[in-house]
Amino acid sequence: MRATERADASPPPPRGKDLAEALTAVARGDQEAFAEVYDAVSAPVLGLVRSVLRDPAQSEEVAQEVLVEVWRTAARFRPEKGSAMTWVMTLAHRRAVDRVRSVQASTEREHKAALLEQTPAYDEVTEQVESRLEQQRVRRCLGALTTLQREAVTLAYYRGLTYREVAQLLTLPLGTVKTRLRDGLIRLRDCLGVTA
Amino acid sequence: MNSADLHTATGAYVLHALAPAEEAEFERHLAACEACAQEVEELAATTARLGLAVAAPVPDRMKEQVLQRIATVRQEPPRVSARGRVRSWTRSLPKLALAACLAAAVTSGALAVWQHRAAEDARSQARQAEQQAADLASVLAAPDAKVSVGELADGARGTVVVSRTQDRAAFIAAGLPELGDGKVYQLWFNDGDAMRPAGLFSGAGAERAVLLDGRIDGATGMGITVEPAGGSPEPTTEPVGLMDFPA
Repeated sequence: MRATERADASPPPPRGKDLAEALTAVARGDQEAFAEVYDAVSAPVLGLVRSVLRDPAQSEEVAQEVLVEVWRTAARFRPEKGSAMTWVMTLAHRRAVDRVRSVQASTEREHKAALLEQTPAYDEVTEQVESRLEQQRVRRCLGALTTLQREAVTLAYYRGLTYREVAQLLTLPLGTVKTRLRDGLIRLRDCLGVTA
Repeated sequence: MNSADLHTATGAYVLHALAPAEEAEFERHLAACEACAQEVEELAATTARLGLAVAAPVPDRMKEQVLQRIATVRQEPPRVSARGRVRSWTRSLPKLALAACLAAAVTSGALAVWQHRAAEDARSQARQAEQQAADLASVLAAPDAKVSVGELADGARGTVVVSRTQDRAAFIAAGLPELGDGKVYQLWFNDGDAMRPAGLFSGAGAERAVLLDGRIDGATGMGITVEPAGGSPEPTTEPVGLMDFPA
């Protein structure tokens, strides 16, 4: 599975195959390769964690934990299962969501009350998703979803809500939310040209 | 969740939006549903794009801090993964019970299919397959056969049967995902510091049994990896599973 050497192997941050190679080197304990991986993933990791957690200090703490976990568990990355960036971002979302839910578990009742009072965050998120090409593309594709799909997907992804919470917020049946999450992501996948 | 529910849960799953029990249930389903696994990979890649779109500037000091931290953090050994972790138990089963369950395994799925296919092949291949089947049966039915069962990646299950007197080992796998074109499962003897090729394994999906090529010769366990068609002289990917031989 060794990717071929590339003449255009550009200076950091590595992308695509180069990132996968760097991550594979990290699995072997290569700290320099880790620094390259860090350069490529730290901004999206922090941005995603902050989108879910909001609190800047807590976000930075969790982002650091995610990056350390990338180092610690790099050997679990399986190139045939998806890109290195997807692997890292999945880890980051998982950790951010875990943090939200562990806090939640301790204050379940207050949380539910607060959740119901909050206005959905998707407007704000789509605001953030502006400027730069990739951001514009994502924004355009989010805009191509139905309102329900967009609300459900952004609440689950950018706010880290469970589909039950999404259903509660949008006052929709559970099954409907589950379906909207799936067909919304499928439409996004096609719009963004994702091939996994 | 019923099976239709499970299939529509791919979106909620990649968004980490399922409750823990539902997530566990979905992951069990995922191991058996190739279409779902494919969809999960694609949708996970899609959510990653959503994440990339909200990238935020990182304070400079964070890099220093993280690099300092990793210098003191031990990495997980390359062969262990959360879902591929081998839960292995070893014991000498009472001979009768062992003979009975192995006889069932051999006569029901794996060997029957194998022998059927062999019969369709050229006669010499059939004879070779019969010989392999006989060797396999001989290991499975050996009086000193010991069994070790473990979990492979993606919910697949592996069983290793070892006969010390014959110095041979057999491997039975159930539920391994199909591989794409140009890829194959390869078995390895784990010699401690190196992995020794022990033959290819084409048994995705249904339960398949195979005799490992070569003698155990002091190997402490075995591994299975995904390799380019034809196999590799040494593993080039993370193992799908690693199992210790029963003592």
